[in-house]
Parts: sequence; structure tokens; C-alpha cells
Amino acid sequence: MFGYYLDLAFRGLRRNRMLTALMVLAIALGIGASMTTLTVLHVLSGDPLPGRSASIYYPQVDPQDISKYVPGAEPPEQVAWIDGMNLLNAKRATRQALMTGGMVPLQPTQSSIDPFRAMALFTTKDFFPMFGLPFKYGNAWGDAEDAGKAHIVVISSDLNDKLFGGKNSVGGTLRLQGADFRIIGVLGDWHPNPHFYDPYMGNYASDEDIFVPLTTSRATHMGHEGSVDCWGNGNGGPEDLERSQCVWLQFWVQLDDAASVSEYQAFLVHYSEEQHALGRFTRAPNVRLRSMMQWLAFQKVVPSDARLQTWLALGFLVVCLINTVGLMLAKFMRRANELGVRRALGASRRALFAQLLIEAGTIGFAGGALGLLLSLFGLWCVRQQPAEYAPLAHMDTPMLLATFALAIGASLVAGVLPAWRACHIPPALQLKAN
Amino acid sequence: MQIRPILAALRHHRLATLLIALEIALACAVLCNACFLIANRIGNMRIVSGVDENSLALVVVTGFEDTQGPDVNARIIAGLHGIAGVQSVSVINTVPFGQQVDSAGINKDRAGQIQGGQIDFYQGGPGTVQALGMKLVEGVWPQAADYLPLHDYFADDSSTVISKALAAHLWPGADPLGKEFWCDRFHFRVIGVVDHLAIAQPGSRGTNTAEWSAFVPTMPGRFLNGTYLVRADPSDIPRIVRDAPAVIAKVAPDVVFDHANSNTVSDLRHNYFERDRAMVGMLLGVILALMLVTALGIVGLASFWVQQRRRQIGIRRAVGATRGDILRYFLTENFLIVTGGILLGIVFALALNLVLVTQYEVPRLPLYYLPVAAVVLWTLGQLAVLAPALRAAAVPPVVATRTV
Repeated sequence: MFGYYLDLAFRGLRRNRMLTALMVLAIALGIGASMTTLTVLHVLSGDPLPGRSASIYYPQVDPQDISKYVPGAEPPEQVAWIDGMNLLNAKRATRQALMTGGMVPLQPTQSSIDPFRAMALFTTKDFFPMFGLPFKYGNAWGDAEDAGKAHIVVISSDLNDKLFGGKNSVGGTLRLQGADFRIIGVLGDWHPNPHFYDPYMGNYASDEDIFVPLTTSRATHMGHEGSVDCWGNGNGGPEDLERSQCVWLQFWVQLDDAASVSEYQAFLVHYSEEQHALGRFTRAPNVRLRSMMQWLAFQKVVPSDARLQTWLALGFLVVCLINTVGLMLAKFMRRANELGVRRALGASRRALFAQLLIEAGTIGFAGGALGLLLSLFGLWCVRQQPAEYAPLAHMDTPMLLATFALAIGASLVAGVLPAWRACHIPPALQLKAN
Repeated sequence: MQIRPILAALRHHRLATLLIALEIALACAVLCNACFLIANRIGNMRIVSGVDENSLALVVVTGFEDTQGPDVNARIIAGLHGIAGVQSVSVINTVPFGQQVDSAGINKDRAGQIQGGQIDFYQGGPGTVQALGMKLVEGVWPQAADYLPLHDYFADDSSTVISKALAAHLWPGADPLGKEFWCDRFHFRVIGVVDHLAIAQPGSRGTNTAEWSAFVPTMPGRFLNGTYLVRADPSDIPRIVRDAPAVIAKVAPDVVFDHANSNTVSDLRHNYFERDRAMVGMLLGVILALMLVTALGIVGLASFWVQQRRRQIGIRRAVGATRGDILRYFLTENFLIVTGGILLGIVFALALNLVLVTQYEVPRLPLYYLPVAAVVLWTLGQLAVLAPALRAAAVPPVVATRTV
């Protein structure tokens, strides 16, 4: 029966080519626009560390002074040096890392490459195992290097390709800000999106090229970049950040099960009370412990432009669908004669309804195919845009399937009303008119 | 033209009428709000920076210790002066459309109880104000003695020249000259007011704060170095920016030339608004596609109606209606449907704007957008229905005598 209805549907579509073309075009435009923006949104709101993100948490404590205190207000989004170091050394989580970003002048030994500014992350040893960074050559550093402010560096595979032609450069030297650093590791491919651990360097920015121990970066006065929020009269200069009343570091922990999460939450409260007793904290304990995905949602990393565009495109799809409903109504009502004859010959309403819906689905499929081409073109246009997330805009298999699902689903929804109207025409009336 | 028979006919096609009206209503809502968003973005892009953008370029270098600052400054200023056509070189922290460098919250009292909002500080060495080409409307420019060395962020007591917009915000209606403000422990006294001076990233903190900036005369050295303002004739500026890296590599081989931030100020402005331009393009695309789809929908349904009513049209023609009568019938019918859609669309447009106001910090929709959108949609509807209506008018009276 399905095959027969499909055959009827194709005949029906051929009968009035102009209406069919208009419907397919309307659905294709709507689907093309929505799938372009939905794909961008899908890429942007993805999980940066699949399989791992559930056990990564972002603790916050509130070291600010009592002025402007509002009970229950959000604690600062970063931690101060003292709190970061205390929490790091407490080692209450499976793994923990403290970090901040910066730009470091890199003076290559090769004369063919001009000195340039490399994006850097200053962090502690657990950063690599906690986020699961793959190593192509060498390995990460350990406690001794963190404590000893060692002049060592881990570099990205991109930088290794650029400076060393992709060869194993472990043991080689990198000149950063006028000092020599020994390369101890070269990363494999690692491009988490969003760039979750340091949103201040751009949410979808290209990744860091060099990783240096945090203690070393402070000792060698590497420039820290990102947000610094201070309170009271504690503003020190950039050299004085360790002692200032400012938050400027990100602290991440790995907690493997629910019990250790609640334990860590209690530890944060306990830590705040302890600091309060010492006189450093003046506010009542005010802590947060969000998981990575909660933190990303809270930070609204998905650019508002991308969300606005998605809403616009979905609104456009609705207009296109209303349009299709109208056109389908016209198309089905024009076939009243034929439907009347079929009814008179004994076809049930349900059979007519099914046949008309299959015709609507066929239109949806055609619209989806054309819409897919349009959204591929749309994504190409997005990639030409200057936004930092632009290069990520690519269609993947789930979104490809979603395109057809959305197109066929939308056209079926659009077809319900016209089909219902068409199969309720009294057959006698149509037969009489002829 | 009698409207009553048209309404009677429409009552027989309630569903199709409703669909077209709904489509017009949604188009009206999106059209108003998309145009308004475009107007907002274009407004942002038109901001007056207050400096001679076409005659200025910024050269940024990094990769040296602050203690080497004075030496680097001296070498690079000398080197840049050597490029043909350079009129002046001075040390500055940033320019409008450059990186945001010194932005901080200020207070109107020493104790820090009365907040003045977040402003941008421009710090520049001697010669900067002349090079920038700002227009002084009150007070005086900084004198040689006003250029002070910095303590970390600022000198303890600085003179400052602020924008008219900042003066109006801090001391509405009062004479800003001689007024003071504080940033943490640093103290500033206003000695001059310029008509315009945009912040480094205008629009990033809202449209009304786009000119909340102050110029602070500063002595280059340990804490002000590495960023240089070059002034030259507009025709020379692109060549100077091209030549600068080679010159700097010669005079200061160890520093790192910052290609991303070194550019002419007019190019910095162009790049700064690239995203806004992309968004405007996207919104224009949505508007065009929407109008197209709406027009196609009207054409499709009107064609269907014309074909369905061929017999009735023939009868009307046979009993004396002219071609003009038939044409007017369909045009009026479309006008009525579109009018209904617009009335509904005004409600939709205001509702959509309310959502945008709460979600995306968009201002309220000015009401004059609504009549403009109505005229646009009426025109669109009449144009779309014209072809089917002409076809209807061409139906010969003899059709009435035929059965099919």
C-alpha cells in the first residue's frame, strides 16, 4: 500500500509543478536557515571533554570584604593566589590544577622565523592527566618541577610542526621572553571546544601553544592576561598579584563520585570558616561547586549572536511552514474531484488521509534535500565570518540526519490540516459538480 | 468598491485567509525587529572616535622587561621617525578600536563611596594630544609639567582631559573643569574637555558608555612603553605600517612585533566592526528570504483562488463587471487580509521586542517602525497578488457559459 501511495504522491506532485516547486522551496529555505544556525549552536554547546566532563568541577570561594555584601550573591568567578595555592596543596580532590593564561614572546633560534607572541597557559602538573591531554612525545611535569620553578615547557603539536618540522623536540630548547626553557613534552591533537578552562582568552579561541609551570611563570615575570577583579584597597601592580586582594586564577578539580563531590563541598565550607577564623575572609562561607557543563551553561559561553540567529532562523522556519500549509491546502483542495471519485469507489477517509500525508512527506524529503544543500552553503558562509567560532561550523552525521527528520516532520505537521480538510469533502458534491 | 461581498467570500475560505494573515503577522514581527537590530548595529558602527583616524597608526611591540622600557622607547621612536613621511611618533597605551588596556571603575570621592562607573583611561606621552587631533571644547591641554611618571598603574595625582560625554555623566549640568575623581588611591583633576573620545572597545559595555574615557598625560618609561602612535599624511600611513616591522627589526632586534595589534587606526576600526557587519548581512538575508517566502505564499494561494473562481469571475464579467472591477476585487481582498495580518503583527512585533529587551539588551522598539513595516507589507502584498489578479481580470465572460 505504501508503495502505491508513494506512486500516487509522485503523480500528484507532477500535476501542479509550480505549487510543488513553491512548497519545496519554502521548506528548503526554512530548513536551510534553521539547520545552519542549529549546527552552529550544536557545535558551540558541545561537550569539550566527552566521557570526562562529568567528573570535572569548578570550585568557587568568596574572599571579598564585607562592603557591598549581599547574602547568597555569586562568589567571584576566579580564585586569589592564596586560596588557589591553599586548595591546590590541600589535595582533597583526586586531581586539582590551578591555571591562568598569558601571551609570551617567543624568540625562535631559527632565523627564518620572526619572533612572535605565543599563547601560553601557566598551570600545575595535574592539568595534563585531569583533562586527559594526549602526548606525542615526552610527558608532563611533576611536583618537583612545580616546586622548583623549573625552566621547562610542554608545547603543542602545532608549534612543534612550526618550529621543529614535527620531529621529536623533547630535550630541545625554547627561548621564551629572553630565557631558555627545556622542552619536556609535545602534545598530540587536543582542541577542546569550547575552550572551557580559561574563558578569558576567548571561548572558542585557538588553543595554547606552550604550557609552563605556574610558579615558573611568576618567577620569570611572564605577562598574565585575563580578568583581574580586586576589592578593598588591595590593588597591587602586575608583579604584586600574589599578595593583592584580587582574583585572577582558575581552579579545577576532578571528583569521581557523588560522595567525593559532597565531601569536597563540605571541605570548601570548612576552608572558608577556617579562613574566616584567621581573619582573611570576612563574609559567611559562600561556596559553589559546579560541574563543567553547569559552569559552561552558567558562563553563557554560547555567544548571544549565535542564539539570536537561531531564534531568527526558527521564526523563519515557522513562516515557511505556514506558507506550506496554505499551499498544500490549495493543492489538495484542487484535487477534490479525484479524491471524491476515490471516496465513491470505497476508499476510506483514513486511506485518503494516509495518502495525502505521504505526499506531504515526499515534499518534505525533497525540501530537506534542497535544504541540506542550502545549509551546507550557509555553513560555508558562517565559516567566512570573522567570529572566533567560525572555523568550527561543520555539518556532522547527527545534524545531517536531524535535517531530514526536521524537514519531513515539519512537512507532515504542515500536511495534517490540509489533508484532514481534503478528506472531509463530501464525495457526492464533487461527483455532482461534474 | 464594495467590501461586504469580499468579506462574505473570505468567510468561505477562513482557513486560507487565516494562514496568509498569520504569515503576514509573523513577517511583520520579524521585519520590525530585524530592521531595528540592523539600525542599532549601524548606529554602533557610526560612532565618532574623536581622533584623526585616517592620519594615525598604532605600532605595538612586546617581549622585553619593563626595566628596558625607556631604552626600547628611545630606539623605536628614533627608528619610526626615520621612515619617510612620519610627522610624529609618541608613546600611548592604546587608541580607540585598539586593545582595551586601562579600564577601571572610578569614584567621585576619595573614600570610594560614590561610584562613577567604569571608564577607559588613555595614557600618552608628550605630543600625543596633538597627534590624536582631539577637539578641545573647554579648559586647556596638558602642559609639559603635567606629564608624570607612573606608579604601577597611574601617577598619584594626575591632570586629565575627559570627554564631554563623561563630564555630562559625572557632573550633569555643572562645570567639569577643576572637578576631581579617584580610581583606587589615584587622584585625577579635570583640566580640559574634548567633544568626543570613544573608549577602546566602544559598544562593549553598552551604547551610552561608548565615550566614557579620559586622557591622562603620562611620562613614558618603565610603565608606559611598547605601544606607539604614529601620525602621518593619510596617503603615507599604509606604507608606513608596511615598513614598520623591518625598521623595528633593525633598531630593536630582540623585541617581538605585534602584527595583530599594529595597524592604521582606520583599519583597526574596520576590523573592530567586522562582526557587526556580518550580523547586519545575516539579518538582511533573513529579511529578504522572509519577504520572498511571504510573497511566494501569496502568489500561490491567490493563483489557486483565481483558478477556483474562474466560473464565478466569468459570470460576473458576463453580467457587466469590467476587467478593472475584477482586478480591484482581488487587490482589495489582498489588502483586507494583509491589514488583518498587520494588526496581529503589531502585537507580535511588540512581544518579540519585549523578549529581545530582556534577553539581549536591545533597546525598546521605536513605534514609528510599525507604520513603516505596514506600508512595506501592503506594497509587498499588492505586488504579489498583481499577477494572479491580472490573470483573473483576463478571464473572458464566455467562461460562464461553459461547464468546466
